[in-house]
Amino acid sequence: MKNKFLIIFFCIFFVEPSSADINKLETKIFKNLRCIVCQGQSIAESNSDFAQTIKIVVRDKIDQGDNEKEIYEFLAEKYGEWIIYKPKFNYINSLLWFSPYIVLVFGGLLIFKYLKRGKQ
Amino acid sequence: MKISFLKLILISLVAFALIIFFLALNIEKRYSTEKIIGKSVDNFELEFLNNDKVFKKQDLANDEFHLINIWASWCLPCRKEHPILMTLKKENKLKIIGMNFKDKKLNANNFLRELGNPYDFSLSDKDGTQSILFGVYGIPESILIDKKHKIIRKFIGPLNVKDSEDILQLVNEK
Repeated sequence: MKNKFLIIFFCIFFVEPSSADINKLETKIFKNLRCIVCQGQSIAESNSDFAQTIKIVVRDKIDQGDNEKEIYEFLAEKYGEWIIYKPKFNYINSLLWFSPYIVLVFGGLLIFKYLKRGKQ
Repeated sequence: MKISFLKLILISLVAFALIIFFLALNIEKRYSTEKIIGKSVDNFELEFLNNDKVFKKQDLANDEFHLINIWASWCLPCRKEHPILMTLKKENKLKIIGMNFKDKKLNANNFLRELGNPYDFSLSDKDGTQSILFGVYGIPESILIDKKHKIIRKFIGPLNVKDSEDILQLVNEK
């Protein structure tokens, strides 16, 4: 009885990613890839020849066991960073990543000072 | 003149926004092949156009330059560049590989019969996936590979006389 319970437990928690998980990952990657031959469309939205080929390549890479990061790196190597919507965090674009927070802090300070002055 | 703290923050925010806009305007916003140049060719496997044999990266000769030309019978600009490829065929130090892209075998063979076959190896990329290894996004495109199997030039669009001269110069100077 105990063994059966353990088998069921392992089956539930240690199974391979289901096809639903893989589909979810596929969709996530397609949405984050720019269709470079289309205007303002992602690979997920586009039906162009290029997008169809990229979809096949991404599916093949997932089947081979590549993770999301490895797939982005592979495509960025071939087509440049431009193909990925979400920019990679590095020294050059760190300003882009931090700018919303900087604006938030300084903007908040600005509003606070403005309101304080209004009260006085 | 004493500048208030409020004005200082406001000026800083405007200056910050301007810097961001300036940097954003200078970011490369198009497809770039920069990263692929100088890199070694990825392992690839392509079936021959007219038989089931497979051509791999290891089959590239070590003492010759290779020009991989991605083409299809349905591609009009491919017709335009074909005479250039026929001229390049005469160069002994260069092997031309034709990668037939998402095409029908019959149509591809008819195309080559009509216009001549410039290719030392005619290969087929039926689903287009192997072309991704070369950063291809449209055809025709051509990739020049040196003796060490490194990509040294990429030509987007149909080859012209100037491209042909550049290829011959690169092949003969090294």
